[in-house]
Amino acid sequence: MNLLPDLALVLLILTAAIWTVAVRDRRDAVIGFIVVGLLLSLAWMRLNAVDVALTEAAIGGGATGLLLLRACARLVPTQAESVLPRLSMRIMTGLLCSVIAVGLAAIVLTPVEPPATLAAEAAANMGELGLGNPITVVLLAYRALDTLLEKVVLVLALIGVWTLTPDVFWGGAPASLRAQQSSGALTFLAQVLPPVGVVIGVYLIWNGADHPGGTFQGGTVLAAMWLLVMMANLREPPEIRLRTLRLLVVLGPVVFLVAGFAGFWIANGFLSYPPAFAKPIIVIVEAALALSIAVILGMLVAGPAARAPR
Amino acid sequence: MSLVVDIFTMAAVGAGLFFFLAGTVGLLRFPDTLTRLHALTKADNLGFGFIVLGLLPQSPDVLTGLKLVVVWLLVQLGAATASQLIAQFVRSERRHEPAA
Repeated sequence: MNLLPDLALVLLILTAAIWTVAVRDRRDAVIGFIVVGLLLSLAWMRLNAVDVALTEAAIGGGATGLLLLRACARLVPTQAESVLPRLSMRIMTGLLCSVIAVGLAAIVLTPVEPPATLAAEAAANMGELGLGNPITVVLLAYRALDTLLEKVVLVLALIGVWTLTPDVFWGGAPASLRAQQSSGALTFLAQVLPPVGVVIGVYLIWNGADHPGGTFQGGTVLAAMWLLVMMANLREPPEIRLRTLRLLVVLGPVVFLVAGFAGFWIANGFLSYPPAFAKPIIVIVEAALALSIAVILGMLVAGPAARAPR
Repeated sequence: MSLVVDIFTMAAVGAGLFFFLAGTVGLLRFPDTLTRLHALTKADNLGFGFIVLGLLPQSPDVLTGLKLVVVWLLVQLGAATASQLIAQFVRSERRHEPAA
């Protein structure tokens, strides 16, 4: 009875994915990738994984798509467009990809009986932390180290982008994000939407403690608002040498690390929280992380510096 | 009472689906970008508006209903801006075409 919409969704995802791979034009492929990301978030909704759906829509559909579109625009159009790799190379690539696809399918289609799960144990200790969303509990308590390293990777990615800056521009501002022709409609949107978007972003972060949502989703919404303002030419991207900017970039990981090391004295060790203060500590860490994520994503899209520092 | 509400929901969501269908047919059949945009906005605005209108009486509390309305307004704003940008791009391309 409920199988039909799911089947239609799966067919849509597969069609969009095949189109994304098959299409020749680079920008069309990126648009296909964004469509696949949005469809996937619908699939996660059908699986009742709202947190994953929100992340997929924000990161997979939104932020990554925007990064790829910017990358497309920067690439020289002649590059590798006419040159096809050798036939043997293409066959090998196809074979390896098929092996991965078949292997994944084999793992997913032959589930363990009974399913191996830690869900019950994870839910058992939720009360001690004062949180209501099991996903946040896993991300910030059980697997806090993974989450911390994820954020450090984001900082490294931004450093990687900044290292592409030519020497003469070092410390300057990234190229302006504004559209080639100014548009009253875009300016209007950039003036009306950010207040709403910032509230929604903060709501997602704050709500993440007890309901679906969290730092990554909220941070991405905040970054999107900032990018919208920059694209409508209401604000220029900041110079990358600014101390405030750099502090904001590392704020999240630093606060997380400090909270982690404090665990040695006030709790049982690295990244563990005392039960009485678990919730406030986690909320502070989440707020700092979200702010850093927003700044990092915005600066990642803006790209390396392209103007000499003033 | 609940029967009346349910019939209202079905009628409104049905009307919304009709506009989505009409908009999709237009998107596929209309000859150029501007007319296709016109078809698309019918689906976005009227179709989605009717669906939200139909779902409003089904929402468990006032807050959920308000959220639905806010979602509809945000979609309106986003869709209208995107249409404007696409139309602007098309117009500027047309302006350049005779010269090229």
